[in-house]
Amino acid sequence: MNIASIFKGFINRNGWGLGSYLLIAVGFWLIILIILPQLSMLDFSFRHHLPPPEMGGPKDTYTFEHYKFLALGAQGADQSYNVVDLGVFVRTLVAAFFVTILDLLLCYPLAYYLGQASGSGYTRILVLFLIIPYWVNEILRAFAFRIIFGDSGVINEMMMTMGLIDNPIDFIRDNIALYSGLGYAYILLMIFPMYNVIESLDRNQIEAARDMGAPWWRIHWRIVIPYAKPGISSGCTMVFMLSAGALAAPQILGGPSSLWFTQIIYQWFNQGGNWPRGAAYAIVLLTVCIVIVLSAMRLFKVKMGDIGK
Amino acid sequence: MSKGVGVNLQDVWIRFGEFVAVREANVDIEGGAFFSFLGPSGCGKTTILRSVSGFLEPSQGKVLIGGNDMAGIGPNKRPTALIFQNLALFPLMKVWENIAFSLEVQGVGTAARRKRADELLEMIALTGQGDKLPSELSGGQKQRVAIARALCAEPDVLLLDEPLSALDLKLRQHMRTELREIQQRVGITFIYITHDQGEALTMSDHVAVMKAGVIDQIADGQTIYDDPSTAFVASFVGENNVFRGKVKSIDGDSALISTNRSGDLISRIPAGAKGKLAVGDDAMMFIRPEALNIAGTKTPANNHITALVLNEEFEGQTFNVFLEGDGGKEMKMSLVNQGKARQSAKGSSLTLEYAADQAVALPAGELASE
Repeated sequence: MNIASIFKGFINRNGWGLGSYLLIAVGFWLIILIILPQLSMLDFSFRHHLPPPEMGGPKDTYTFEHYKFLALGAQGADQSYNVVDLGVFVRTLVAAFFVTILDLLLCYPLAYYLGQASGSGYTRILVLFLIIPYWVNEILRAFAFRIIFGDSGVINEMMMTMGLIDNPIDFIRDNIALYSGLGYAYILLMIFPMYNVIESLDRNQIEAARDMGAPWWRIHWRIVIPYAKPGISSGCTMVFMLSAGALAAPQILGGPSSLWFTQIIYQWFNQGGNWPRGAAYAIVLLTVCIVIVLSAMRLFKVKMGDIGK
Repeated sequence: MSKGVGVNLQDVWIRFGEFVAVREANVDIEGGAFFSFLGPSGCGKTTILRSVSGFLEPSQGKVLIGGNDMAGIGPNKRPTALIFQNLALFPLMKVWENIAFSLEVQGVGTAARRKRADELLEMIALTGQGDKLPSELSGGQKQRVAIARALCAEPDVLLLDEPLSALDLKLRQHMRTELREIQQRVGITFIYITHDQGEALTMSDHVAVMKAGVIDQIADGQTIYDDPSTAFVASFVGENNVFRGKVKSIDGDSALISTNRSGDLISRIPAGAKGKLAVGDDAMMFIRPEALNIAGTKTPANNHITALVLNEEFEGQTFNVFLEGDGGKEMKMSLVNQGKARQSAKGSSLTLEYAADQAVALPAGELASE
């Protein structure tokens, strides 16, 4: 089957009006909004940081300069590697990984409960409670977390009143506020894919396993989790990608000494005005995240099509 | 055949809030028997099964398995295995893993599990199919895998919740025979839930007929068919022609019913209805289509019914005649096809006769709505 006949078949199925609308809309979205900007960023990342008059001049050649800088640091620096930026990079990925695991552990029981206790009006109210906080915008939510986790915030006050601690814990410096904030921000993206899959699990399978003597943990291990795998991987992918790429939460909730890799990217673009370097950093982050997700999918034998569930 | 483990329900009531799903069920199921609960959907038969398997505790009364009270014992601790209506095979596990799941739960090693699964696969004639996924099997094969999976746990009692309802007619009839064979080979107690009377009658040693949470009659298949104890059983099991009326006189086992439509008709009072009918009571009389015949004479008698032929139908084995019956319902007569040329009587009046002991008189009651 060649492209022309596929195209013809598509138009025949959907009619001229809808068919061409779908093609144009999807094409615009894919090419103009996703592929072209990313390609131009890729192009940027290989160019020298030049003042505007010199752009397009003889000095405007392709270079690996910015990638080298991320790996090796400024020429003549003390260390042979860019310890600071690479350190932040690794720390960001590790933190995003832990946020993902934290969300997974928090959300699985909830998604299971919602999925299997479905039908009752109670469930719908619970889902509503989960959704409504997302009407509050991200910045406001992050600042609210700052207040909650502050020295004289609700949590410290409560623990001190109860006599659990003598001095307030510095949640901000210890990045606890940051991880909580990030974890909270993406909870829904973790719950809903899992909930959707678990909801479609035939209850009889759980009962059949129970009838054959399986304890609850084995039912989850052998029946529910394998079944929910597409939802779990879909949720984990989204939470990992978005945590690694988050900006507002680390900016507001991060401790003074901790930096998120996105903040470095932001600095190069904005404060440094060095777009090529920012682009190079962003491309590295994107590529590494994709590689991590793909390897994880390989490891857990998840198919690409499952992510869409 | 080894003597299996019996199951007893003692005064079991199951309520969901205000709704009574099962009312005063007293059932004694002998060890090693094939016992069926037969009833229309929503009559509470599945609820009874769930209380035996342990997914449900009776609101009142006791469930005994092998003489032991099962109160407070969960489904994973009872010596029962349940076959679900939709089979509930695990779609992501291979066929052999499905079959050996109960052994996996017990911590049996892979090689031993595989061996046992292969034995069971041989028993269900699916040798070599163990590495397939359930989705790669046909309906009948899945059915057999579900049976093997349940038997793998070596339960004392196998519970089957309408497991054949998803199969087509041919396969269903074949599986009936197969199920009965398996039951006789393994010799354990089978409790079978169905709304299909054919299944219940062909396979079971005993059948309990249920209506709206109440067990109307427990007996072997032939007794259920020939000597129903309530109007519901008479009308639910098999086809039956009903005649409403009042008891005119009773003489031992036989009763004369003055029917609304066909005058006084003679009938037999089955064992289950003895003492429940008195002169003057509202009664229902049932005659099976195959018990009706064309009368030799037109002389009025208390076993003659005269009616207008509305329709005729040739079914191969039988020739069915539909006549104007009681209360606007058609009366059906089935004549065995003897290969002789037949004459249509459509539109004319026919006199039918029946043997007095082929008609049963029962107290008036609710009929099965079909």
